[in-house]
Order: sequence, then structure tokens, then C-alpha cells
Amino acid sequence: MTPQEVDTAQIRARYPDVFDRPASARLATPAMIAAALAILVYGLVDLDFSPSRFFAGLSQLGWITLMMIPPDPGSSLPIYLKALGETLSIALLGTTLAAVFALPVSLLAARNIVPSNILRFPVRRFLDSIRGVDTLIWALVWINVVGLGPFAGVLAIAVSDFGAFGKLFSEAIEGADQKQVEGIRASGGSALHEIRFGLLPQVLPVIAGQVLYFIESNTRSATIIGIVGAGGIGLQLAEQIRVLEWQKVSFLILMILVAVAAIDFISGKLRFAIIGRRAVA
Amino acid sequence: MTTAVSILPEQQLAALNAAYRQAVSRRRLRLLLGAGVFAAALALAAIGAEVNLRTLFTYFGNFVSYFDRILTLDSGQRVWTDVGEWFWGWRKWLKMLGETLLISYVGTLIGATFAFALNFFAAENTSPASWLRFVVRRLLEFARTVPGIVFALVFVIAFGLGPMAGVLAIAIHSTGALGKLFSEIVENADMKPVEGIRSTGASWLSCMRFAIVPQVTAGYASYALLRFEINVREASVMGFVGAGGIGQELVVAIRKFYYSDVSAILLTIVVTVFIIDITTGWLRGRLFGKEART
Repeated sequence: MTPQEVDTAQIRARYPDVFDRPASARLATPAMIAAALAILVYGLVDLDFSPSRFFAGLSQLGWITLMMIPPDPGSSLPIYLKALGETLSIALLGTTLAAVFALPVSLLAARNIVPSNILRFPVRRFLDSIRGVDTLIWALVWINVVGLGPFAGVLAIAVSDFGAFGKLFSEAIEGADQKQVEGIRASGGSALHEIRFGLLPQVLPVIAGQVLYFIESNTRSATIIGIVGAGGIGLQLAEQIRVLEWQKVSFLILMILVAVAAIDFISGKLRFAIIGRRAVA
Repeated sequence: MTTAVSILPEQQLAALNAAYRQAVSRRRLRLLLGAGVFAAALALAAIGAEVNLRTLFTYFGNFVSYFDRILTLDSGQRVWTDVGEWFWGWRKWLKMLGETLLISYVGTLIGATFAFALNFFAAENTSPASWLRFVVRRLLEFARTVPGIVFALVFVIAFGLGPMAGVLAIAIHSTGALGKLFSEIVENADMKPVEGIRSTGASWLSCMRFAIVPQVTAGYASYALLRFEINVREASVMGFVGAGGIGQELVVAIRKFYYSDVSAILLTIVVTVFIIDITTGWLRGRLFGKEART
């Protein structure tokens, strides 16, 4: 294409949106920034942020950090190892339970399986409200029901992940290719056959990847639900923080970091093996 | 219409069939093995987590009746028959809810600012030195991996009880999470503008400001909004450890068995989270939509 003479005036006239943006559009960004800063300042004042308190706290924090070194479990290493095992168990069991229960429900929430809006809507809202409640809150509720201990943690993770899985799985199912389902239907398969042979082979690898990812992130969640009394290493951590045993605290934090890194590594490898290069490319 | 299907000669077919059967049986064996290992891990975990199915079945009724109880007023009526009585503390709760939202807002903004300052050092393509990248990445990883509520527990001791500890905990956790996401956006950015600006003799800072930042702001804003949404949930439980917000009211209600209060506060939180979800979703759609057009 040969370069052409450009008539600037003509282009200006043709694209007024680009060259002569109205004042409202030009002022929008600064106005938004100003509003964001105003809310920030209001928030800092309302939440009692005073510089003196901040710096006093910071120096306190510096002391705490100094006291954390070197990390030292004292004589409670076996207890901590057991607690760590408990945490990993909570994550694994909770996630598995959630996945098992979420799979059938997610079928009900998927548009290509249940076309009726009236039926799908309540299922979706139900899943949404479960997800709206934090894992810690579920842990508190389950502690009221089955008592203190790791079992409450398993159930808490199972319930809150059930909501998340229901949504994720149903999205995976909606994203599946319909052609294979139609093929099964054309050869005379029933609705269940369509799901089993047309849908599941497509979505299972995706679902397996998501479950693995959740086991990974639940290792983190499982450490915190201990703080409200649902077992695992979080219980030890919260206790040691309350009695100001900082060396033990730093050791426990290190243990958590190492465990999470190890799980990351393993589940990364596994996910790669299950989903294959497809997900990476 | 007839179609001829060519059938291979018997010998060739037998070899192919055998290979097929072998492949299938190998896959089945692998699946079975995997399932076996998984089942063993589950059994081990069940022992580790003191799973007791008897307890579950004995108390499962409690779980169901718990929801019955939290939906009943002291007078024995269903909560929705007397909304005024159900939400008797709405002034206090709304105030705490506002505090929760402020905590997550301030925390997200501070976290996003730090993440913005750090992410260029963590990204593969823009980091000025590899040792710097290593240090910043480990720092972000630490901030991300330690759960926010653990930071809150420590900060409550350092900074005293109150929302300040919650804000700082959320800010640190957000720095870690957003720093990683931001640096991934930068790694996907087009490097040609950077070369162009560098060829004019500009410093590293100008390269970032004029070549990278214009490409990535929409992505940053989108992730920051998503983080805000997550932080609202997180801030709602910060009160459990005394770090401010509505969690404080909730934990008192749950622990002291003020049943109808539990449902009222939970409903308030869930509705707020819904509204925030929808609003930020809409905002993110607009942000990305606008950027895609220009």
C-alpha cells in the first residue's frame, strides 16, 4: 500500500471521539483517583491510624522478629509434626469430600444439562450463598456440632469447597464440546449415557486439575481453621502466639511454608501428568 | 446409498486389536493403581484427622437443627415473622460492616500500591538485576503463603487490638498475591515499546513508566478489584482474632449461642459479599471492555 496524503483536519472531523474527548471523559480518571484517595484518608482516620501508634507497633514488631530468631521447636517437635500431618489430612479429606458431593450438584447447575432456568437458578444461588460464608465461619459452626478437633475442620473445608467446586465444575461442563454428546445421542444413548460417555471424559481431567489445585490451596486454609479450634497446626500456632513463644512461632511458620511448597511441587507434577501439555500450551 | 467399508485382512486386524487391547488394559491398570494410592492416602488421612463417622451420624442432626435454631427467635417464632426483632442490632452491625468494608478497601489499596512498586523487580523481562528479582520474589512468596489471619494474630500483639492490625494483615497478604499476578501481566507485555523508549536513551524508570505501565493498567485494576472482593470476605473474619470488623460480633454470637443474631449477621455478610461481587464484576467488565476497544 502506498503512503497517502493525510488530511489531519479531515481525520479530526471524522473521529471526534479520539481528538476532542469531552471534558467529562478527560476528567474521569483524575476524579476517580481523587475519590479513591478521599476514601482512603477517611478510612485511615476512621480506623484509628495514628502515626505514633503505627511506629510504636512497628518497633514492637521489630522486637518480635528479633525474638523469632533462631526458629526453635523446643521439645515439642513430635507434637508439631503430628499437627502438620493432621493439617494435610484435613486438606486432603475435606477437598475430596467436597469434590465427591459437588460433582452431581454441578451437573444440575450446568446450562447444557439442565436447560430450565427455574430449576438451575435456585441451585446456583444455593452454591453462591455457601461460597459467601468463609471457611472459618463454617469451622465455628461445625465445632458447635461435632466438637473441637480436626474432624470439624474436615467438614468445614468440605462445605465451603462444595460451593466453590459446584460453580467451577458446572463452568467446566458448560465449556465442554457438545458434539460428542450429540454423537452419543445419535447412536441411541440415554441421557445418563450422554453424561457418562459424552461429557465426563471431557471434563474429568479439568476437574482433576481443579481438585488438585484446591488441595494445594486448602493446605493453607487448613492451617488457619486451627486458629478457631478446628485442629491441625493452626491450633499450635495460635497457642504459641498467645503465650508469646516467638521462637516456636517462627518454627511453625517455617514448617507451614515448607509443607505448602512441597504440596505445590507434588500437585504441580501430578496436574501435569493428568492434564498433560494441553493445559500448559 | 451404500458405502463400502474396507475391512483389513484377518492377520493385520488381529495384531491391531491386540495392540489396542493392550493399550486399554495398560491404561486401566494405571488408573486402578492411581485410585489405589489415592484411597490409601485417604484412609491414612482419615486416621490422621480423627474422622469418626459415628460422631458425624450422631451429630448430623445437630447440624441440621443448628440452622433451625439460628432461624428461630427467642420467642419461638421464625425469624422472618418479626424482622425488627431479628435485626434488632442493625445499627451496630451496619457500623461494623462499614468498618469491614473500610478495612478491606484500605488494605487492598495499600497492598496494591506496594505490589505495583515491587512487581517490576519481580518480572522476568523488566527486572534490573537477577539477584534483586530473586529477593523480591521470595519476599512476595512469603507474604502470600503465610495466611492473612496469621499476620493478623501477630499484628494484634504488636499494634494492639483493633482494625489497624486487620488492615496491615490484609495489606501484606494482598501485596504478596497481587505482586505475583502483576508481575505475570508485565511478563506478558509487549517488549517492543520498551526497546523503542530505551533507544531514545531513557532510564529504566522511564521505560517502565512510558512503555510498560500503559499496557498493564487495565489488568492491574482488574486484579486489584478481584482482590478487593476476596479481601471483603477475609476482613469479615479478621474480627475472630480481634483485628476489627463484623467478625467480632459474629464470633461472640456463635460462641455465646445467640442463635438469631448468628443468622442475621451471616445474612448481612452474605448479602454484602453478593453486592460487592456483582459490582466489581460489572466494573471489571467495563474496564476490560473499554481497553479492548482502544
